[in-house]
Amino acid sequence: MNTISNMQKSTIRNTKTSKIQRMQDIAFHVLSQFSALFVLIVLLGIIISLVINALPALKEFGFGFFFSADWDINKQKFGGLISIYGTLVSSFIALIIATPLSFGIALFLTEICPITLRRPLGVAVELLAAVPSIIYGMFGLFIFAPVFADHVEPALANSLGKIPYIGTLFSGAPNGIGMLCAGLILALMILPFISAVMRDVFEIVPPILKESAYGLGCTTWEVARHIILPYTKAGVVGGIMLGLGRALGETMAVTFVIGNAQRILPSLFAPGSSIASTLANQFGEAEPGLHFSSLFALGLALFVITVTILTLAKLMLLQMEKKQGSKS
Amino acid sequence: MEIKLNVKAEKENSHYGNSSNSNKNALEIRDLNFFYGSYHALKNINFNVADNQVTAFIGPSGCGKSTLLRTLNRMYDLYPNQVAKGEINFHGENILNAKQDLNLLRSRIGMVFQKPTPFPMSIYDNIAFGVRLYENLSKPQMDERVEWALTKAAIWTEVKDKLNQSGLSLSGGQQQRLCIARVIANKPDVLLLDEPTSALDPISTGKVEELIHELKKEYTIAIVTHNMQQAARCSDFTAYMYLGELIEFGQTDEIFVKPQRKETEDYITGRFG
Repeated sequence: MNTISNMQKSTIRNTKTSKIQRMQDIAFHVLSQFSALFVLIVLLGIIISLVINALPALKEFGFGFFFSADWDINKQKFGGLISIYGTLVSSFIALIIATPLSFGIALFLTEICPITLRRPLGVAVELLAAVPSIIYGMFGLFIFAPVFADHVEPALANSLGKIPYIGTLFSGAPNGIGMLCAGLILALMILPFISAVMRDVFEIVPPILKESAYGLGCTTWEVARHIILPYTKAGVVGGIMLGLGRALGETMAVTFVIGNAQRILPSLFAPGSSIASTLANQFGEAEPGLHFSSLFALGLALFVITVTILTLAKLMLLQMEKKQGSKS
Repeated sequence: MEIKLNVKAEKENSHYGNSSNSNKNALEIRDLNFFYGSYHALKNINFNVADNQVTAFIGPSGCGKSTLLRTLNRMYDLYPNQVAKGEINFHGENILNAKQDLNLLRSRIGMVFQKPTPFPMSIYDNIAFGVRLYENLSKPQMDERVEWALTKAAIWTEVKDKLNQSGLSLSGGQQQRLCIARVIANKPDVLLLDEPTSALDPISTGKVEELIHELKKEYTIAIVTHNMQQAARCSDFTAYMYLGELIEFGQTDEIFVKPQRKETEDYITGRFG
């Protein structure tokens, strides 16, 4: 008798527990689903508000907005080309400088550096990422730019500036602030991201694979070039794209050093604007209307550029994997 | 039959190799000590690796046989805190000398590892890669060399129609033979094999062992193995190591039939290890 009632009790208790557990599980499901959906909603909201606000400008100027170099607040004529050009060029300069440097840093940290130095150096590089971008801007404007104007740009003009075709890029008055300076500061800023990713992917190369290359008589460079890099190419490209994504959207530091001139000049010494710097400079004083809307259109352009580049990167990686897949 | 003849030729050699007839030794190891930081991993090792013979290193895990192999091409040099002291003479030069050109040394003393390690490139390039480092061959010459190396490694017929495919597309056993071909293509003097069959199935193992048999006509081979039968089957000389010391070294026939030391006998008969 007693045992039966005990059993009944325990079944009741069991159904109770399972009910509570089920409720908990449902709550957990809903919560996590909400978290995932939340991101999507925010993203969608951003896109929608960007498009709605950009619509008046796009209606006025048409698709040509993105290819027009006019930016005249008085005449109320707006086009995004100057800022788009500035964003692309400064980011491109940053990539050209930062990628080989990051490769060198990552290779040194994983292959060449004595163990005792590895941690402090790695931390130092990571600390670069912890410097607020406004500090980079100040550093660029007050320290970097003068040195650049007095020494680096004249030297560049006297050397690279003499080469036909490429020479125009390095011609003109050495201002210090300008496209090249912005690109350099951006390079410094994205350096830690790219090198951290590269270091991490270099570290996953199996030691035995490297040893077998060394065992054939490879030098460290040959191992890096022919074994480490092909083995980790997907990760390396991913790291570079991560850096590019950051460089495209960087605002504060670029606004400080790019010069904020609304024009396109062939020389890299000349001041210009990026999308982010134009937005930062003009949103405060923009009147509701075409100007305001054009700034939103610029923001939309930046969004599209970033998404396109990330998508291209993903496609590239997929292509690489497919190629390897068909080979293997 | 082949082994018998070779053994006969080496009969007059003493247990520690033949030091008077130095041109018959590919490597002469003298008073070799090895340290992982403060850990003393190899203790006063003395023996010779005879030219065109297979020398097997056997012993329980952690006895230092792989470490010993890695001193022979200074692979340990890639890592900090690993130090070798003593002498390893290779063509009359002490390779432990700080001035030794490591890349050149490793191209002359090739190494094959426990696991197959094809490079992330085509089968053809896997072979050509090492050759290109040291020789500037024309395309036909390179084709010839690749075919030669793959043929030597007994894998040519299996891969000749897919030279452009990734080395990773091969089976484990094929990959390991590809790795051996890759080392042979460099035309080294000595082949170091670090448990080359430990990751392979019995059939692939058999093929690699046959290969070792073929290769010793032209190369000096040092092989680390956990498999006693393998040592007995393919080696001419055997070194039994325990706790960083060389317990016994001699002709394989003698080591396996009547070992001089009790410890060796215990290990070989499976009473220990």
